[in-house]
Amino acid sequence: MATYLIRRAATSVIILFGISVLAFWMLHVIGGPPGRAVLGLRASQASVNAWDKANGFDRPVPFQYLTYIGQLLRGNLGQSYKLNESVDAVLAQHAPISAYLSGLGLFFAIAIAFPLGIYQAVKRNTLGDNLATTAAFITYSMPVFLLGLLLIQIFAITLPIFPVGAPAAVSQNSSLMGAIADPRAMVLPVATLTMVSVANYSRFMRSSALDALAQDYIKAARAKGLPERLVLLRHLVRNACLPMVTLIGLSIPLLLAGNLITENVFNYPGLGIMFINALQNEDYPVLLAYTLMGGVLTVIGNYVADIALTVADPRIRLA
Amino acid sequence: MFEVPLLTPVSPGSAPEGGEVTNIQSGWRLGLRSFTENKLAVMGVGILLFFVLFCWAGPLVYHGDVTVANIVQSNSPPVQGHPLGTDQDGFDVLGQMMVGGQASLEIGFLAAVIATVVGTLWGAIAGLAGGLIDGIMMRIVDVILSIPLLFVVLIVGAKWGSSVVSLALIIGIFSWLVPSRLVRGEVLTLRVRDFVAAARAAGARQSRLVLRHLIPNALSVVVVNITFQVADAILLVAALGFLGFGLNYPTFDWGDQLSSGTSYLLDGYWWQIYPVGLCIVLTVMAMNLIGDALRDALDVRLRRR
Repeated sequence: MATYLIRRAATSVIILFGISVLAFWMLHVIGGPPGRAVLGLRASQASVNAWDKANGFDRPVPFQYLTYIGQLLRGNLGQSYKLNESVDAVLAQHAPISAYLSGLGLFFAIAIAFPLGIYQAVKRNTLGDNLATTAAFITYSMPVFLLGLLLIQIFAITLPIFPVGAPAAVSQNSSLMGAIADPRAMVLPVATLTMVSVANYSRFMRSSALDALAQDYIKAARAKGLPERLVLLRHLVRNACLPMVTLIGLSIPLLLAGNLITENVFNYPGLGIMFINALQNEDYPVLLAYTLMGGVLTVIGNYVADIALTVADPRIRLA
Repeated sequence: MFEVPLLTPVSPGSAPEGGEVTNIQSGWRLGLRSFTENKLAVMGVGILLFFVLFCWAGPLVYHGDVTVANIVQSNSPPVQGHPLGTDQDGFDVLGQMMVGGQASLEIGFLAAVIATVVGTLWGAIAGLAGGLIDGIMMRIVDVILSIPLLFVVLIVGAKWGSSVVSLALIIGIFSWLVPSRLVRGEVLTLRVRDFVAAARAAGARQSRLVLRHLIPNALSVVVVNITFQVADAILLVAALGFLGFGLNYPTFDWGDQLSSGTSYLLDGYWWQIYPVGLCIVLTVMAMNLIGDALRDALDVRLRRR
């Protein structure tokens, strides 16, 4: 087991290296040297060139990459010339707000999708199962922003139960406490993210539970007279959840993308709004720092999922 | 089990002894039959055909002007002459839906074709080469797959993706990873089969092995995946349009249309949001239905995403 985990860690490091090369390449090719962004549109080309030269942006690309990765390893993601702030500070300001939204969304998605998938597998091909499958299928085929708009239309405009946008305190101050202080305003954004993930996870949970239901240990548990409730709880749930660990690790890029769109629908000032603002300002250091962060989160998520699976599943642990 | 006399000569047209013998059908033909027996799949094909006609034949018979703005008639609710009302510039919403759908569908299919061609070749070569080359090629796939697709497409698309072709190229270039993994997996199981060994023994070159033997046999996986690629690409373009980084005016897609309609959400101008939203949902649903049915029909055990 230890060798497996070490080998996986080595692969992860290689992939992280690849991600840094890709992010740097995009920063370099799309963003170009930052002299123009620093000095503004009215600066003469000569002074822009001089700035780039003085700061080492005229050196050969491999050297620039070495500087970049050197800074990266020290935790320095670069400088946002548009905001005149370090990228680290920009990310640190928005990340907790996004993490709060995504965390709640993921929590509710798991809390709903897992029991739902098991219910569907146990009661397969009944009305309830078919309804859930249809609902998941429609949600799955729907753009995330349309789902958000529909929720706003129904629960904020037609029936004014919830506010239309993000908590006012968050929109103005970009503070996490503002979001926590106003749970009512969080309902619709969290519901949007949750529904998207539930549609994704419950399909897999259903098929994973169906696979588990066909196994001999379920038959054995029933044959020895175990009450059905215990058969499901002790034998089915645990086994059916195993493949889901990997799926959740793999779904991090989708989760981040859903988060980006949801934040923009509800004007919730986390990393997603930051990303779109940076895109409008062509603030490439911020854009690529978040992209890099997404890649790193995905690699770490997959690795953690692998470890969790190894710990949880004796068939892998003892192999 | 019963024995089939394989070499009994049967004159064409005459029924062989022991009654009617149906033709042995190829896997593809069996797949087609099981596909057409699936009601949801037929519905999916129907919806897709409807939207193709709606978008390309519709503008020939329905004259929703999409080039000359008419401010006097802006934001009109559905009235005679404008069955779905008008938008902020006085354009007819129904006419715009037809034209906008062209861009959405074109980008969806073009991006899916690009992604499939690149992914199929990449996966086939990696699977066939094996060893170090395979390792390097698949790590590249892992790297690109780790980065959220929406982010990359937004960054590159905002810079260069202002037309249908360029946006389709950008989406295609960053979404060939899943097909490449699927094809590589197929090739790894196919390449140890006897017919590949036979072709190799007969002196076939690598290129012939890939193009004539491996890709055709891995095709069912690819065909199933392509429908999901179209669905994903349509959703992605819509998201880009919604966020304001899609096509450049005067070219627009359903997402752009929805984006401008959203400004009037609080004013209750439903005709600018929900009809076009329904178009996106139905098209994507149709592609997903077709994909699910194809997967069942071709009996390919593969998981989406």
